[in-house]
Amino acid sequence: MSRPVSYQEATARERLHHLFNAGSFEEFLPPSERVTSPHLPQLNAPVAFDDGVAIGRALLGGVPVYVAAQEGAFMGGAVGEVHGAKLVGLLRKAVADKVAAVVLLVESGGVRLHEANAGLIAVSEVMRALLDARDAGVAVVVLVGGSNGAFGGMGIVTRCANVVIMSEEGRLAMSGPEVIETANGVEEFDSRDRALVWRTTGGKHRYLLGDCQRIVADDVAAFRVAAQEAVASLAGGDTALSLEALEAEQKMLSDRLNNYGALHDPIDIWTAMQMPDAANIPMLDADSFVAAAASHRHGG
Amino acid sequence: METLNYRFENGTHRLTAPPEVVGVVGSGNLEVLIEPASLDGACSIEITTAAVGFGQIWEAVMRDFQQRWLLADTRISINDMGATPAVVSLRLDQAVQTMLGDAP
Repeated sequence: MSRPVSYQEATARERLHHLFNAGSFEEFLPPSERVTSPHLPQLNAPVAFDDGVAIGRALLGGVPVYVAAQEGAFMGGAVGEVHGAKLVGLLRKAVADKVAAVVLLVESGGVRLHEANAGLIAVSEVMRALLDARDAGVAVVVLVGGSNGAFGGMGIVTRCANVVIMSEEGRLAMSGPEVIETANGVEEFDSRDRALVWRTTGGKHRYLLGDCQRIVADDVAAFRVAAQEAVASLAGGDTALSLEALEAEQKMLSDRLNNYGALHDPIDIWTAMQMPDAANIPMLDADSFVAAAASHRHGG
Repeated sequence: METLNYRFENGTHRLTAPPEVVGVVGSGNLEVLIEPASLDGACSIEITTAAVGFGQIWEAVMRDFQQRWLLADTRISINDMGATPAVVSLRLDQAVQTMLGDAP
């Protein structure tokens, strides 16, 4: 047995290397093409030769898929014009090439504010391209386990996917903790309270509320198995976003607001969900947590 | 931002593998893109760095690197976000070793 590789600590390219069949990743627009941001040099900021995202095709347990991996260490994985265009191009190419699935390794704070409107437009185009891909029968699976989480526009993109797989360490939300604190004050949300931040935005809370479908340990191999199973479960099925699914989502969100809207801490919510020993949930390992959550979690 | 260019002649070690990138453009880190190129036997290095005014140190680190590897017909491009000389040296060695297929 080789030592587990931490998904959280790996770079985007290391994740691609360890998640997919060895040597199978074939990159589109590799760094040597030097397709970089036109905006950053004007702001005297460094560029990256891949603009913070590697896209291409690879074999996931032998199954051909298209993949994108965002690099959280480059500007928090933020989406600029080129970065977004690469994601859009990948999703459109997946439709054109009739690929079974696209796997997105999301790690992003959202729109790259340096590129303001270009980044905002890029993110909206990514959402549209993702839903078009689903409509065309291309399943989209998102993995969230990087230290920058999936926030802002990429948080929304993540929730547009067929299946979301997270680790507890991964985080998924709209506004990040610092943003909420800045906008609404420390009484609303103390971004320096790490335990609070993780139990609010982290994978376990998302799993209990039904915002992600799978939760795994912070181990690339665990993510690989879960991604393989997700792709296999979606193969040949209906991947499109349906009215029924939207109505079910709407009901889930309305129920959430009705049941938990007045509660202030996730532990209160877990208690209301009748999770046993709610206060101890952050201490459970992934398997024990999944077992404990089995008959209590929302969503499917 | 500052852009620095170095060119070292008369290398002996040619690399033939496809281009490789190592490292990440993040705080205190850098990315190194290394690729074979027809340069009349020279090794060219272009550095774009967020830290201004360290040209002399960069030159020393690059000269030291080239003495270790004596690269020929190799183009190296660096995007730097304030990496220390030790990190720069490590990344450059990692880039060459990746090309040679013996990276750890």
